[in-house]
Amino acid sequence: MEPKLGLDQAVVRQARALAQAAGQPIVELARTHTTVSVERAVLRLAGLDGADEDGMPWVNRLVEAVRDSAGLEHGVALPAWDALLAGDYPGLGELARDAAAGRVKFHLPEGADATAARRAAAAALGRGIATIDARRAERDAMIRDTSDPPKPWIYLIVATGDIYEDIPQAQAAAREGADIIAVIRSTGQSLLDYVPEGATREGYAGTYATRENFRLMRAALDDVSRELGRYVRLTNYASGLCMPEIAALAGLERLDMMLNDCMYGIIFRDINPRRTFIDQRFSRQVHARAGIVINTGEDNYLTTADAVDAAHTVVVSQLLNEFFGKEAGLADAQLGLGHAFEINPDVPDSFVLELAHAQLVRELFPDAPLKYMPPTKHMTGNVFAGYLLDAFFNLAGVMTDQSILLIGMMTEGIHTPFLSDRDLALENARYVARAAARLGENFRPPPGGFVQQRAHQVLGEAVDLLRRIGRDGLLGAIADGTFGITRRPADGGRGLDGVITRADGYFNPATEILEGAS
Amino acid sequence: MTGPASPGGPEGRPPEPAVIRPYGDTTGDGRVQVSFTLPVPFGSEEERARAEGAALQLATAMGLEPAMVVHAKGMGQDFTFFIVYGRVSHLVDLSQVTVVPREFPLLSSAEVNLRIRGGLGRKLVVLGACIGTDAHTVGIDAILNVKGHAGEKGLEYYREMRVVNLGAQVDVDKLVARTRAERADAVLVSQVVSQREAHLAGAREVSAALRATYAGERAPLLVVGGPRFDPAMAADLGVDKIFGRGTTPREVASYLVHALAAA
Repeated sequence: MEPKLGLDQAVVRQARALAQAAGQPIVELARTHTTVSVERAVLRLAGLDGADEDGMPWVNRLVEAVRDSAGLEHGVALPAWDALLAGDYPGLGELARDAAAGRVKFHLPEGADATAARRAAAAALGRGIATIDARRAERDAMIRDTSDPPKPWIYLIVATGDIYEDIPQAQAAAREGADIIAVIRSTGQSLLDYVPEGATREGYAGTYATRENFRLMRAALDDVSRELGRYVRLTNYASGLCMPEIAALAGLERLDMMLNDCMYGIIFRDINPRRTFIDQRFSRQVHARAGIVINTGEDNYLTTADAVDAAHTVVVSQLLNEFFGKEAGLADAQLGLGHAFEINPDVPDSFVLELAHAQLVRELFPDAPLKYMPPTKHMTGNVFAGYLLDAFFNLAGVMTDQSILLIGMMTEGIHTPFLSDRDLALENARYVARAAARLGENFRPPPGGFVQQRAHQVLGEAVDLLRRIGRDGLLGAIADGTFGITRRPADGGRGLDGVITRADGYFNPATEILEGAS
Repeated sequence: MTGPASPGGPEGRPPEPAVIRPYGDTTGDGRVQVSFTLPVPFGSEEERARAEGAALQLATAMGLEPAMVVHAKGMGQDFTFFIVYGRVSHLVDLSQVTVVPREFPLLSSAEVNLRIRGGLGRKLVVLGACIGTDAHTVGIDAILNVKGHAGEKGLEYYREMRVVNLGAQVDVDKLVARTRAERADAVLVSQVVSQREAHLAGAREVSAALRATYAGERAPLLVVGGPRFDPAMAADLGVDKIFGRGTTPREVASYLVHALAAA
């Protein structure tokens, strides 16, 4: 990619250094703490599935039982595998059932018992991570056997609430040209402190993320990928209180991309900041291993604040997401950093401002598969005007070489898209791509002109904000309402009771493998 | 065609006719445009002719006479999208149009903030919780969280509101204590669980506890919400307002300023 904005590389380096300085204490926090969801993810990777008759997953029951008797500050693995060996259980499922019935007394093993438990846990997690590796190889083979579509990848959403209704819709969308299918989750799943089980047929404005739903949809998209000779990617959400577990399930069922933002849950869902950052690091380590591309949620900042005034907060969040992502082992090609086309169309030069912002992000992250989100805030119900605005969004995407285009619907905010809305939206995107494919290479903002000036200004504001965050600390900045407009204190929000300080000798067999690899 | 006309109004403009029709490019032409999808294939010539015939049949049944299919496009193997223009013979009798007034005006977030600044002169404090054994925070979170619901941001998004969301399974005593401590202007209680009428008992319990605590003082507004509530039961439950299924944050915000920050 040829640079067009004349960015001062010293400023760019400074921005990255400031993001690293702001992020480093958070990494230390994550290294010295664990959460109930991280520990449940360990059990999921070791193969513990299923739920009790009330639908509460066995991983929750087992982690609770261990927490009640032995505590979790040494991790779930040592007490759990010690009990597994001592009780001669055939598997974790049987142990979890007994533990839930109060028939198991957990304690922290010592000496030879500890060594045996550690060895057994490491072997079980070795098998789990090997499954993730096999899934990743399977994806590579599928892409070889079908084909990898050229970018920009067309990203479409399905969200009926019923997985069996989602499947034909997703297959139809793929046949119509979608390269990526995202299954929106049921409202409120991010605040559940457990992952529901099984195939689900009822959801609210979305479909529950469950392992079985993942499996069913991936299998259906494999069928259509073979039919079309083009690999169709599947996306879901590793966010909310169960971020680590959903990341594990995504790796085990070969999902391809996952929404995974470092701050979204804190700002928009009032999830405790510490919980989020600790969960996030583990989930990204799993994503890194699974070859999953993460999608970050910066578009959300522009729906709550003015898209011109808040443009620099997007860049700041992207730099933080990049730092945290790379620290967790993600490659550039796995960083689907997000941004959006949300400037009020009544603002003079709104499209030119959008071009400046989109080009800035492209140049700051040249190797990242950027995810560009369509207008939502200024879609008014005038579907004809909305169709035009979506065309301008598509044009900005093509001109600035965005990698993943979420296709805008002219009925945004009115209803879940009709079949025809989706078809018209794809027609729009295809027309723009065909008509303006070479416009990007012929788009050269003049030195010192409006576009360059705007890009430099946004970058400058981002550096200023990062400096302020460095002064207050990231947790302090979040508590002060720096992102979005809400204040989120470090000890507020949901899920803090699931955060545990690690003791000396904390053992997490999954982390050992994942960090050993990177 | 345009209904009975009367002599010109005071400004010389003809009065609005009582009976009207859609306007395409000529008064009374009745022309409209519709688009829809039918589950019919649009492949072979025969299929195409049949699909267009099907669209015309629907258009005619909808009252478009004559109708013209100006666009038909196959979508996948099983569906066809149509754009149809036609003339409707239906009349609109303006004297028969009734508008049900809302008890409070629906305001934008900017208007809500303005009303709070003008009417209260400080932030409006909202306390929210799910009480008793209810762990279903979907409803209260959809109303309070910034993320919001149905394309509308939640109350946290309103600059002039201070939102305290206590989350799930909050004891009534704790709820009342926090209400006092935070000097809440309004208490939002969400109840999804309704086994053995738990939602009704819960609402009554909060109402009684607030009344007891604020005896002789002005108690905060008590608003309850949940899919099983009947909005007409507010007085019976001793609450100020009930919101049912499908309520959006903006409706709640508009109600709160209507009740608490009268202009």
